[in-house]
Amino acid sequence: MDNSLFRSLVQLGDDCLVLGQRLCEWCGRAPTIEVDLSLSNLALDMIGQATLLLDYAGEVEGSGRNADRLAFHRDAEQFRNALLVEQPNGDFARTIVRHFLYATYAEALFEQLSHSRDDRLAEIAAKAVKELRYHAEYSADWIVRLGDGTADSRSRMQDSLEWHWRFIDDLFHDDESWIDCAERGIVPLRQALRADFEHAVGAVLAKAGLAMPAKVRGIEGGRGGRHSEHLSMMLAIMQVLPRAHPAATW
Amino acid sequence: MKDWPLWEVFVRARGGLEHRHAGSVHAPDAEMALRHARDTYTRRLEGVSVWVARSADIVASDGAKSEQLFDPAASKIYRHPSFYVLPESVNHM
Repeated sequence: MDNSLFRSLVQLGDDCLVLGQRLCEWCGRAPTIEVDLSLSNLALDMIGQATLLLDYAGEVEGSGRNADRLAFHRDAEQFRNALLVEQPNGDFARTIVRHFLYATYAEALFEQLSHSRDDRLAEIAAKAVKELRYHAEYSADWIVRLGDGTADSRSRMQDSLEWHWRFIDDLFHDDESWIDCAERGIVPLRQALRADFEHAVGAVLAKAGLAMPAKVRGIEGGRGGRHSEHLSMMLAIMQVLPRAHPAATW
Repeated sequence: MKDWPLWEVFVRARGGLEHRHAGSVHAPDAEMALRHARDTYTRRLEGVSVWVARSADIVASDGAKSEQLFDPAASKIYRHPSFYVLPESVNHM
């Protein structure tokens, strides 16, 4: 088995899965029905990407696990998502800032992945990058509106940026498996995307009249399975049904 | 968000077809109205192009005057071009 490829695919797939599940938590709770549908659309894009990536990971692993098996029958410490995407939804500002940061990162990453030496991954990325372009634009639009909105919306946006910024080092962390895949031309090094990311984020924040967050001591560990307590609580809800009825189909 | 105006949404299903009224969305401005229209009415591959227009900008006929506006057309069957004998070479007109 190509262990590095399997692990890298799980990292990619888990980001999509966990963020998709988080966005699903908004269903029926968003400020208006239109925003509710928008967030659900983003969520379903993410779940779709997760399915493709984790199915492929299961095939690479070769022990009969598919996306469902990987999604529903692993515990939190076996997840390899970045800490950013597991953060609780909080208010609308928190959710939008989290999504903006992820989508800006992911749009650049998947753009590069669409030229991967691994054909299957390139194909998945080419489909995903179209969706992510919309995600990045949609969330950037809200960043500008709320940053440049009322005193209340502005301070919530700035708080959310400061809150999430500590997870950016973790988002860009290249672990051993990822570096191995990068050396083989399968993935780009995340670190190599960071300068452009900060530039892109800075441009949107400038338009929104928001300040770039102050440098903070980053919290890392997501790619190594060291997660915040939020992830296991989220997974408990996501996994309870298939765990209780492992053979159920629908 | 309660003060978001209403926008009418028109979707073109495929190239060459006309935009048709699909429904309406609330949004603070035109750009967001387009996003909401996209997310609300083209989720299942319904369209390739979307128009939005402020509902308030649409001028509608007065429902109370529908008798005088539309009933007179009912007795004018000769306005349909159905009284001509077509040459046989014209099949589908």
